[in-house]
Amino acid sequence: MNTKFRQVLKQVLVLLAALAGALLVGALFLLLAKSDPIKAYTVMFSGPVNDKYGITETLVRTAPLLLVGLGIVISFRSGIINIGAEGQILAGAIGATAVGTSLPDMPGVILLPLVFLVGGLCGAIWGGIAGWLKAHLSVNEILSTVMLNQIAFQLYMFLIRGPLIDPQEVSYGTGVPQTAIIPAQIWLSKLIPGTRLHSGIIFALILAVLVYIFLWRTSIGYRMRAVGAGPEAARYAGIRVEWYLVLAMALAGGMAGLAGVVEVTGVHHRSLEGLSAGYGFSGIVAALFGRLHPLGTIPAAILFGALLLGAEMMQRAVNIPAAMIMVIQGLVVLFVVSSDHFQRNPGSLAQLKAKVFRGNVDKEGGEL
Amino acid sequence: MDGIINSEIMIIILAAGIRLATPYLLAALGEMFVQRSGVYNLGVEGIMMMGAFSGFYATLQLGSPLLGIAVSLVVGALMGLLMALVSVTFKAEQGISGIGLYMFGWGLSGLLFRLYVGGITSVEGLKAVKVPLLSSIPFLGPVLFDHNGLVYTAFLLVPVTGFILFKSSWGLNVRAVGNKPEAADTLGVSVVLIRYQCLIVGGMLAALAGAFLTIGQANMYADNITAGRGFIAIALVYFGRWSPWGILLGSLLFSLADSFQSMVQVLGINFPYELAVVLPYMVTIIALAISYGRVWAPAALGKPFQRGTRG
Repeated sequence: MNTKFRQVLKQVLVLLAALAGALLVGALFLLLAKSDPIKAYTVMFSGPVNDKYGITETLVRTAPLLLVGLGIVISFRSGIINIGAEGQILAGAIGATAVGTSLPDMPGVILLPLVFLVGGLCGAIWGGIAGWLKAHLSVNEILSTVMLNQIAFQLYMFLIRGPLIDPQEVSYGTGVPQTAIIPAQIWLSKLIPGTRLHSGIIFALILAVLVYIFLWRTSIGYRMRAVGAGPEAARYAGIRVEWYLVLAMALAGGMAGLAGVVEVTGVHHRSLEGLSAGYGFSGIVAALFGRLHPLGTIPAAILFGALLLGAEMMQRAVNIPAAMIMVIQGLVVLFVVSSDHFQRNPGSLAQLKAKVFRGNVDKEGGEL
Repeated sequence: MDGIINSEIMIIILAAGIRLATPYLLAALGEMFVQRSGVYNLGVEGIMMMGAFSGFYATLQLGSPLLGIAVSLVVGALMGLLMALVSVTFKAEQGISGIGLYMFGWGLSGLLFRLYVGGITSVEGLKAVKVPLLSSIPFLGPVLFDHNGLVYTAFLLVPVTGFILFKSSWGLNVRAVGNKPEAADTLGVSVVLIRYQCLIVGGMLAALAGAFLTIGQANMYADNITAGRGFIAIALVYFGRWSPWGILLGSLLFSLADSFQSMVQVLGINFPYELAVVLPYMVTIIALAISYGRVWAPAALGKPFQRGTRG
């Protein structure tokens, strides 16, 4: 066995231990609530792999998770912590829907790429704002992306309740906040008839490979990772740090925006309430679980897609709220970041340390 | 629209402004200690959610909002302890561990609410206590001296935390640990202990801020009742330059924006609700942007302490 393989094996074991730890703590909470954790977990883990429905629905959730996760990989590797994917998904979705519904007669060959382009751009702009604020005004990106999430959510709700509401909802007087259906020529094709599995998953898988090539085989990707590894050193080497921070956030936002487009064109065929469905946060967990590697994020996104589906099944079968999965994901994050302490391997989260407020601290720190 | 801004409405807006400053103040003053000690706790929002739920549920079960507050303080201390374990003992990256804590608190409060309560239930929360004499002053009385105990507590904590941070020896230790942990360590101050203490205090105050929302304001629990206030509180610490008086100023700025925003809805002024709600979040970003260049921060903020290395 070569060392590289051993390292990967060790990391996988640590990650599985983190997941097991999170599930164990989660089980304690279920016991406290007088629910049966064994029954709950049996449904959660067997449901998604039981039949065609489980497997296809898992992959339906994998597509947006993977896209968001890829964006997280790009931004975290560049040293910028993006937790604004929820808002970026909504920006992408509403942009795609607006273009799709306003050009119903355009042939799909032109309209579909256009919709993807506009949706991706909307997400990129929404993410880029936080990148620009960070690069030029030292605004902490974690706080700005949280605020931008709230703003995007409210604007999105305003648009689907008001200007972009489905005219049918108005004429029937039902008033459900959702837009009109996008034209059928831009619905993503179904991979397996009779299921919801659509070609968005293939799009996401191709992008994962592209992001890997971009980050590790191009000079722009190299510079972005250099900024992430140490902005001062990168600046010394002549890299325009500010520009790469904005680029990283714009790309991350663009990926999340594409996740929104895929949800619209592949699943809902319109923008509606609850479209982002927590993918913005679950995508962070998937990226961390994939060790911030684009290819590692693929199995991680499949795993968490299955867990999200399993949690929904658990809610229906044994009446344990699906909120349980958020508890487990939070614990997974805490376990994974804590396990770094015991691993100390390069390429881990260690290179992300202490980016918070650094710009300011360096300027005039030291006063007591 | 003439005559809408008369003195009665001014009193309502300003009184609400004072009341709504409470959760910001409590959470931000707690986070101030945490950051002064060199740790960056991003999980405030999650702790607030846990405080909001536990305070509400204990009040519902035990029938006393005071017991509700006590329970939320314990829950907040435990959440702070969890963050301390992850970020101080295991030296985890603090931005990401904060996100983990946020998701954990968010999920757990939602899970427990669904398992134990289920639907909308109201509780008998804290009652307003009129301060004798002072509350009968015209205009100022109803604005400042007709609130529940948590509101007074939050405002009293401004000078109290200022005294603790700048005049007590513990406060000196906190600032030393946040600025020069190696030096503090050499002088026999335990960096780990101080950071644990600050995270626990910060957790308790964040939980109290959450409890205020359920048993001091809404008298019920709903999903996402904290609505990002925990994150705004972190921004306020930054905006207020890690000082209680700066935080007081920022909190009032935000709560008045909140209060005006809700009055726009109440008065039925024709303005889309969603766009009014956005105001505090935009103000937060603007506040962070204009703080640029004139901000001093604790030097060791966000850096895990490792004895024998220079931070």
